[in-house]
Amino acid sequence: MARKLPAKDVVIIGLGWTGSILGYELAKAGLDVVAIERGPWRDTATDFPPAYVQDELRYAIRLDLFLRPDQETLTFRNNAGQTALPIRSFVSFLPGNGVGGAGVHWNGQTWRFLPTDFRVRSHLEERYGKDALPADMTIQDWPLSYDDIEPYYDRFEKLCGTSGKAGNIRGVKQPGGNPFEGWRSSEYPTPPLKQGYGATLFAEAARKAGHSPFPQPASNLSEAYVNPLGIKLGQCTYCGFCERFGCGNYSKSSPQTCVLPALLRFPNFTAQTESEVTKINLDGTGTRATGVTYVDTSGNEWEQPASLVLVCAFALFNVRLLLLSGIGKPYDSQTGQGVVGRNYAYQTTSSVGVILRDKVLNTFIATGAHGMIIDDYNGDNFDHSGLGFVGGGYMGMWQTNARPIETRPVPAGTPKWGAQWKKATAETFNRAMSLGTHASSYSYRDCYLDLDPTYKDRLGRPLMRMTFDFHDNELKMSAYLTDRLAEIARALDPVEITPSPRKGPYTIDIYQTTHNTGGTVMGADPATSVINRYCQSWDVHNVFVPGGASVFPQNHGYNPTDTVGALAYWTADAIKGRYLKNPGPLM
Amino acid sequence: MRRALFAAIGFAALTGAASAQDLQRFDLIERGRYLAVLGDCAACHTAPGGQPYAGGLALQTPFGKLVAPNITPDRETGIGNWTEDEFVAAMRDGRGRGGKRLYPAMPYPAYTKMTRDDALSIRAYLATVNPVSHAVEVNQLPFPFNIRLSLVFWNALNFTPGRYQPNPQKSAEWNRGAYIVEGAAHCGTCHTPKTFLGGDKSDAPLAGATLQGWFAPNITTDPRVGIGGWSKDDLIEYLKTGTNAWTLASGPMAEAVFHSTSKMTDADIAAIATYLKDSGVGAAAPKPVTVALDGKAMRAGAAIYKDSCAACHRDSGNGEVNLFPRLSGSALVQSDDPTTLLRVVLQGSRAVSTSAKPTAPAMPAFDWRLNDDQAAALLTYVRNSWGNTASPISAGSVASARASLASAP
Repeated sequence: MARKLPAKDVVIIGLGWTGSILGYELAKAGLDVVAIERGPWRDTATDFPPAYVQDELRYAIRLDLFLRPDQETLTFRNNAGQTALPIRSFVSFLPGNGVGGAGVHWNGQTWRFLPTDFRVRSHLEERYGKDALPADMTIQDWPLSYDDIEPYYDRFEKLCGTSGKAGNIRGVKQPGGNPFEGWRSSEYPTPPLKQGYGATLFAEAARKAGHSPFPQPASNLSEAYVNPLGIKLGQCTYCGFCERFGCGNYSKSSPQTCVLPALLRFPNFTAQTESEVTKINLDGTGTRATGVTYVDTSGNEWEQPASLVLVCAFALFNVRLLLLSGIGKPYDSQTGQGVVGRNYAYQTTSSVGVILRDKVLNTFIATGAHGMIIDDYNGDNFDHSGLGFVGGGYMGMWQTNARPIETRPVPAGTPKWGAQWKKATAETFNRAMSLGTHASSYSYRDCYLDLDPTYKDRLGRPLMRMTFDFHDNELKMSAYLTDRLAEIARALDPVEITPSPRKGPYTIDIYQTTHNTGGTVMGADPATSVINRYCQSWDVHNVFVPGGASVFPQNHGYNPTDTVGALAYWTADAIKGRYLKNPGPLM
Repeated sequence: MRRALFAAIGFAALTGAASAQDLQRFDLIERGRYLAVLGDCAACHTAPGGQPYAGGLALQTPFGKLVAPNITPDRETGIGNWTEDEFVAAMRDGRGRGGKRLYPAMPYPAYTKMTRDDALSIRAYLATVNPVSHAVEVNQLPFPFNIRLSLVFWNALNFTPGRYQPNPQKSAEWNRGAYIVEGAAHCGTCHTPKTFLGGDKSDAPLAGATLQGWFAPNITTDPRVGIGGWSKDDLIEYLKTGTNAWTLASGPMAEAVFHSTSKMTDADIAAIATYLKDSGVGAAAPKPVTVALDGKAMRAGAAIYKDSCAACHRDSGNGEVNLFPRLSGSALVQSDDPTTLLRVVLQGSRAVSTSAKPTAPAMPAFDWRLNDDQAAALLTYVRNSWGNTASPISAGSVASARASLASAP
């Protein structure tokens, strides 16, 4: 029997980016807020000290900061004809664990979606006709426009101190920036990072080919910065230990670096760590949440009553919590009815390995979002007529690191171990670089999340089941994008070039990306969305899912964090400006 | 800020002398609250996580353990039964109820400079805090220090009773600053070197002293080891926010900033800065010979610095304002007494978080990573680079710092 705690105004489930932002905004508004976090407390200065955090074995190989499958995992299958089996070690994607969530271990790539992404179905049907999209593709327009969200992108980027070069300020094109991006209300908070030699060579080649390369927007700061909360961030040292690591130099933006020092000063904010929310509790009508139940590390069960419940966990776990709590109708792929778990999507990535002739690239001088990019083949920035696919992605030479254990570039045909392998590594290391594409993953009727009928977690609750595979549209797109990238790479006169477009079927044993999206998608129609325009549950008005990537109706050709952060601010404004004045359905 | 404003108004409005019948007056109580902030009473009289002013924080003095008493209005275990005169005598003369002599961990040698009105304002404020029944055994000193009679001799040697005497040659602001520094804020309790009996060395006020495993730095105007290089604005920023272009407050000063200086009025902080920048003390300390760059320790130190320190503190030693302290020109780095420097490198430390500067960055511990020779070489290097000049650090002093940190509570 759960012991009941004193009621709070707001309970936040998960203290990552969205939880921190909502916590700050609502605590500042005077509400009594508690954030309940499954993992441990993590602090920039004391958990990621530069004295030892650059430990590749501990963090990148043994995955010290990540969720362990014995805490929570899910089952996986490619299609409904298979029996899903539990993921016993996370490889393809790596959910985080602890305060800061994915905001600790991310690389810092800070992209906005394109204006046309927010009305992707309408836009593609207008341009290519109603029949251009595959029948089973379930992409849908977002319930808000780029113009609606722009000020919130701006706020999140200012929170992070993002480094970059604007390509479009209030409709005026800016030389050196991304010519395809939506308008920005202001320049990036900090100037672009210094680029490495490899990225510089790629940019020259891309420019010669008629493209407009620009520096990748990075929340790895090019210079010291004070954010609007008064918190100071430091200059990136280009150490190349970003993804899978915390940054003790205060130069990679994270909830603990950008928000928590200010949030923790509020006496009306509390963080309860190492406590897993097992359920959102509903009243007898099922239309109002009364709070949450959580379990601490001793196995004790607690009930935390609250007037407002904010679901701020990682995308996949937001979906599972709603399924386990009975909020929203679960999706049924047979009938296409139901919404929770619908439109799960991912990201379609590929690479072009390049070994150059007589160059010294020093790619170990790197940071998480470090490179030169072209955006000509993203979204609908190019004419898809006759190509046989829709969607796209950015591409370029960005290299987040050249850490010694994992970075072992060797020419084709080199033995996998032994003296020759070592010799080849030494000869190749400084001449090799990896180019990449990072592209959309549109949603389909047969890609979804639901509760597994067989497997249970340590608390006896059903695991969530992922049913996902790449579709022809994405595979054709990846082939096309990878070809375009290889064309540019060939101009670098490489001695060896290895294009690796994404191939099906999707497999969970090769790392691709942790951009798992959808499942609690936002929309204008309750029949095809879990939450409305303000990230509020259609069914339970005091439950919000404020901007985790689970709210994306499909995934676009960019990294999700900027949109996640922007939607968190968007939701905070809706709660403060509208919901608190008149609690009830906002739509 | 509103509270600070009230306090300022309280000062301006208060003209008459405090007396028993008006201890309930709001302006008096508010003035007392603010003076309790200036004096940082809570630092000793509130235990970590304890009830405000209910006592219980153990002070580790060189002579043994003293526990700060309960000063809530509880009539049995607090000071609820005390008369005004008894309270004023405790504050200014070190004589508690019934004439009992107080140990000078209670900074009456500084509070003696305070006016009776100010002392009574604090009394008026303390009468409003929540009474807590909490008996405290103050005297936990070993023999012979536990005999209070010994304080007669201590006082005769070390205690000069008397109110603050304004210096008519100086401005009102300077005199206000002197009153706070020498009186209510009792800066010298930590920052003035001590005699072997624990009394202030009267010939070297504010020249720095070691306590509780830290070196409370020299805050005279000495340009190398004091704050001579700091502008008045640097000093104001430090006291208000806990950080400035030179350094970040950590250790005991982080507590002083958190509980006291960051909550002072802007006018009082400016007065302190005016006084400290013009206190007339701190003739330049003799400068040691800079350690030559080509020595073995300096070469090793440079390599270790590049590997372990430069990412934050930079090759230039300039660090990053409000984040990574500047080493070049740093008084702490060049201090003749390297206690704090050794401690910070071996054990790490955390900067204070204030509303103006919430970041609270930290220095990680390097005790596990650097052996005694390496730490000594590194510190010798940072003490003698970028224009710094200070005596070299020996491996032996690293070893003894390591040992004393390991045995510290």
